[in-house]
Amino acid sequence: MLKVAGLRKRYGDLEVVRGVNLQVASGTCFGLLGPNGAGKTTTLRCCLGLTTPDSGSIELAGLPVPAQAREARARVGVVPQFDNLDPDFTVAENLIMYGRYFGLSRRECEAQVERLLVFAGLTDKAKAPIETLSGGMKRRLTLARAMINDPQILFMDEPTTGLDPQARHLVWDRLKTLLTEGRTLILTTHFMDEAQRLCDRVAIMDQGVIIAEGAPHELIDREIEPAVIEVYGDGIDSWFETAGKRYSERSELAGDTAFCYCHDPGPLLRTLEGLSELRSLRRSANLEDVFLKLTGRDLRD
Amino acid sequence: MTDLHPVVGALGTSSERPADRFRFLHVVHRNYLVWRQLLGSALVGHLADPLLWLVGFGFGIGSLLPTVGGLTYLEFLGSGMLCYSVMNSASFEALYSAFTRLKHQRTWEGILHAPMTVTDIVIGEWVWAGLKGALSGAAILLVMAGLGLLKSFSALWLLPIVLLVGLAFSGIALVVTAVAKSYDMFTYYFSLFVMPMMLVSGVFFPAEQLPPIVRFTGELFPLSHATALARGLAVGAPLDHVVLHLAVIAIYAVLGLGLANNLIKKRLTK
Ligand SMILES: Nc1ncnc2c1ncn2[C@@H]1O[C@H](COP(=O)(O)OP(=O)(O)OP(=O)(O)O)[C@@H](O)[C@H]1O
Ligand SMILES: [Mg+2]
Repeated sequence: MLKVAGLRKRYGDLEVVRGVNLQVASGTCFGLLGPNGAGKTTTLRCCLGLTTPDSGSIELAGLPVPAQAREARARVGVVPQFDNLDPDFTVAENLIMYGRYFGLSRRECEAQVERLLVFAGLTDKAKAPIETLSGGMKRRLTLARAMINDPQILFMDEPTTGLDPQARHLVWDRLKTLLTEGRTLILTTHFMDEAQRLCDRVAIMDQGVIIAEGAPHELIDREIEPAVIEVYGDGIDSWFETAGKRYSERSELAGDTAFCYCHDPGPLLRTLEGLSELRSLRRSANLEDVFLKLTGRDLRD
Repeated sequence: MTDLHPVVGALGTSSERPADRFRFLHVVHRNYLVWRQLLGSALVGHLADPLLWLVGFGFGIGSLLPTVGGLTYLEFLGSGMLCYSVMNSASFEALYSAFTRLKHQRTWEGILHAPMTVTDIVIGEWVWAGLKGALSGAAILLVMAGLGLLKSFSALWLLPIVLLVGLAFSGIALVVTAVAKSYDMFTYYFSLFVMPMMLVSGVFFPAEQLPPIVRFTGELFPLSHATALARGLAVGAPLDHVVLHLAVIAIYAVLGLGLANNLIKKRLTK
């Protein structure tokens, strides 16, 4: 569905996409992860023909981009990182107007409004002006808008940012439905649980380069020890130096919390017995651990 | 790659429809729908403003003046205001309104997520602003007809001409919009370009008595050619060089569109 090779894009002195290669198979969900400023949005915009890359080749829905980007977009739904709903129209009119840009007749668009409003959980907002919607409602409407052309492929740049847990579950549910219908999803997210839950494959991008790629569980198995113990409380520094580092394969003190990664947590847990001022949490490794290991804990930009 | 095509059905072929050449009409249609919501105030603006101006200045100052180049001042002013209004209306739309859609509302960005191109959008905005200019012009023609100022049916030729004039100013204005960082730029445009041009183009007073170099400068810009055509066709002033007048206006329309398209493409697909 999407093939990207050797993609590069420079803004002024800064090359923000530095040789990205991607392949997304039809009917799968692909997640592009990475810290702020990694180049995710720029990559997606290049794939859609919205930004002209400096070099590299892109094929979307079997068509070369940017040469035939417009034709490719006829089969694609786009959820941009920042909503650009049309504030001069109501909710329902936004959907209808957007369908017109795809060459659909007014009647064809109107026939879909009901279904799309249900999809977005906005049935009682049909006549509401855009400015009266909350941030999360706008997000859901943008998602519904992207469905107006019955797309084969959906590009979603942080689709669930700003949604409450209920709305996020609703969106996850909808996205899973779209997958079972055979559509291809390409999304970015900063929520690792979301990526782990939805994506067949993820790529982790940092400073314009893809540094790891694979199925979420593969990455976890490959990059991280299976057990994680988080320890915090008074005296964490000395415990970390004497026991934490020693009984884990990999460990890290981030702020006031020690993260200890190991295969067998038994010995480490025994060092905590009787230390009532220290609190600990034992869990299995997840995608967030992989992300933090590969991209570091420092804030970007 | 192609196994999912049946899922989209007719959509897969939508890109080959011949109607694609007219994709820009979606943009015109969008703007029209928004404009229609404010129809009342729009029409009052188009009709009441020129009526008050014409009646106020035309009768007020006109009664103090002898004829101007064989015309009453009301006739002279009417045909000048016709062009001035077309220019103003098209410019405002292609500057302030278009810039709002470009930058603040990000309407164009949204349209580009659909199978539309920057060129579709720019042509659509160009035509729309041109039409708004033409509508202003048509409203003034109506007012002039009501005041008995139109001399012959040749005035009807002005309907396509005001559209052309609208497109010329829409084209120039879109170039400015394409490079604008904020609305402030448009104040400069009006103060440093539109106002001086107006003063040397024979809108409110004849340009004939101006120094030759100033007159010549005025003739480099479309407004003077528009006024010459309007005066000839609406109120029966002598009219020659019709083709030249039309050509200058058309050149501005087309060059403006082309340049604006290139600049906006660069700006949006950066
Ligand atoms: N139009 C632009 N002009 C100049 N620099 C840009 C432009 N767009 C993006 N950048 C820069 O490119 C880099 C990558 O930005 P991009 O938006 O692709 O990151 P991202 O991975 O989507 O980040 P986030 O998670 O914050 O959305 C950033 O350093 C950003 O400042
Ligand atoms: Mg982004």
